[in-house]
Amino acid sequence: MAPLRSRVPRVQVPIVDYLVLGDGAAHLVGNRCAGCGATYLGRRNACASCGGDDFERARLVDRGVVESFTVVHRGAPKATGPFVSALVRLDDGVYVKANLLGVAPDAGAVDFDTPVRLQTFVAGTDEDGNEAVAFGFAYEGDDG
Amino acid sequence: MSDALWIIGASMTPFRRHLDRDVTDLAVDASLSALRDAGMTMQDMQVMAVGSQFEPYTFGQQIQKQIGQTGIPLYNVHNACATGATAVRSVLMEIRAGEADVGLAVGVEQMSAGSAPYRAQRPPERKVFEPQGRDGHVLPTEGVLGTGHMWGVFAQTGTDYARQHDGVGFEQFAKVAEKNHAHSTLNPLAQYQRPYSLDEIMSAEMMAYPNTLPMCCPTGDGAAAVVVVSEARLRTLDPDVRRRAVKISAAVMTTDPYTPSGDVHPDVNTLTRMAADQAYEKAGVGPQDLDLVELHDCFASAELVHYDNLRLCEPGGAGAFIDRRGPWRDGDIPVNVSGGLISKGHPIGATGVANIYEVVTHLRGEAGDRQIADAKVGLTHVIGLVSVCAIHILERAAS
Repeated sequence: MAPLRSRVPRVQVPIVDYLVLGDGAAHLVGNRCAGCGATYLGRRNACASCGGDDFERARLVDRGVVESFTVVHRGAPKATGPFVSALVRLDDGVYVKANLLGVAPDAGAVDFDTPVRLQTFVAGTDEDGNEAVAFGFAYEGDDG
Repeated sequence: MSDALWIIGASMTPFRRHLDRDVTDLAVDASLSALRDAGMTMQDMQVMAVGSQFEPYTFGQQIQKQIGQTGIPLYNVHNACATGATAVRSVLMEIRAGEADVGLAVGVEQMSAGSAPYRAQRPPERKVFEPQGRDGHVLPTEGVLGTGHMWGVFAQTGTDYARQHDGVGFEQFAKVAEKNHAHSTLNPLAQYQRPYSLDEIMSAEMMAYPNTLPMCCPTGDGAAAVVVVSEARLRTLDPDVRRRAVKISAAVMTTDPYTPSGDVHPDVNTLTRMAADQAYEKAGVGPQDLDLVELHDCFASAELVHYDNLRLCEPGGAGAFIDRRGPWRDGDIPVNVSGGLISKGHPIGATGVANIYEVVTHLRGEAGDRQIADAKVGLTHVIGLVSVCAIHILERAAS
């Protein structure tokens, strides 16, 4: 006899809406100003650079370099402990903030020259079993 | 200059945990002290501005109810860490517009346990993922997509500077805190008044690299106030008041101009550089003319980059500047001789008035043990995220 209700299928959702999970490899998208090219993550009303309000959805590249970082100790999630927060400048000039993955939480582990590449990981699960997928960056050559 | 503005009264309460007093007590204390210092009363005031980042609604009116309800215009101001400076500016602009010729600006904050904004705030438990906000987040992103905590943000500002300039590392940032904690030993109003050795600072608990705990400002309670008059009004006042009056040579406020990274990581440099350049031009002075600077050292890493932003050192030379003790009280340009936010304390709304109090007190020659000898010109700087910057350049009355 079939169950009265089929089990709700487990789905993966992005932690933020500028991360796209389908459509090939996971990637970031921005809202690019048609007037001046300034690119933003998240919903926009108008462009902070030129005032234009015509935006195009732009697929962002998945590679960049670290411009600044810190190793956060106080206030770090208990589950994961100290983590490296980084400002990454993608190769297309768009900036994004994320954790550095696969590096020790130590200032000496961070370098500004080696390219980093986007990786995804599961950051949490809700009561229906849905998974929130987040992103970070790992140095090229690392498996994270 | 006929439209110059002058400070004739200034005060601040001690910065610390005032668990036996409420936020109104602190604001009243600073207000009445500044009025007494100016030889005036609330009945003389024609405009008032009250700055507090966290007090709700018509907090300024609550102060008036305790010290004088005279029907004057009142501005309630909040503008992050530039709140106090914005209150001062509100009074300046009212006077400059010709609507008043004397006014009172107060900044206050109570951040000790028990005050509303510091009660535990927990994000609501979300049982099922549902997109929230402009980025459609389904989970809190702090710690998952980098950090937005203040100590982390300013830490990244520091490592960005270190990446771009030689001779800047953990030790240079730590030396900033060593200096400010040494300076506050001379300031009876400071929250901390004990020296910390460089070794003690560098081996303390790491908050967010490169800032350890004694490299971060504490939370605390306090208030500060100033009384400002027009030049025309000043001429009518007692010679004793005029002798102690301090001229406001420049009052500048800026907000973030667009930068490509500013949306994801606050840029505290560009708007500070803009404000500094405007202030120096308006006042007709340069960094080399400054006898003291009170700048916004919410974290040691912030102070270091502001040496460069305020042109106190050679471009890119902030590391060398602290290494040669340039910003120490006996150095080239004394910075944060009060102890700064790191050691004097940072009750948010009070800070942008308290730094004016500090410079005014030196320009009057009344700073006691911490007096910078023969101080004639000083600069105050605050920055709040995200983002507003205010700079005032103050000058001693010509004798």
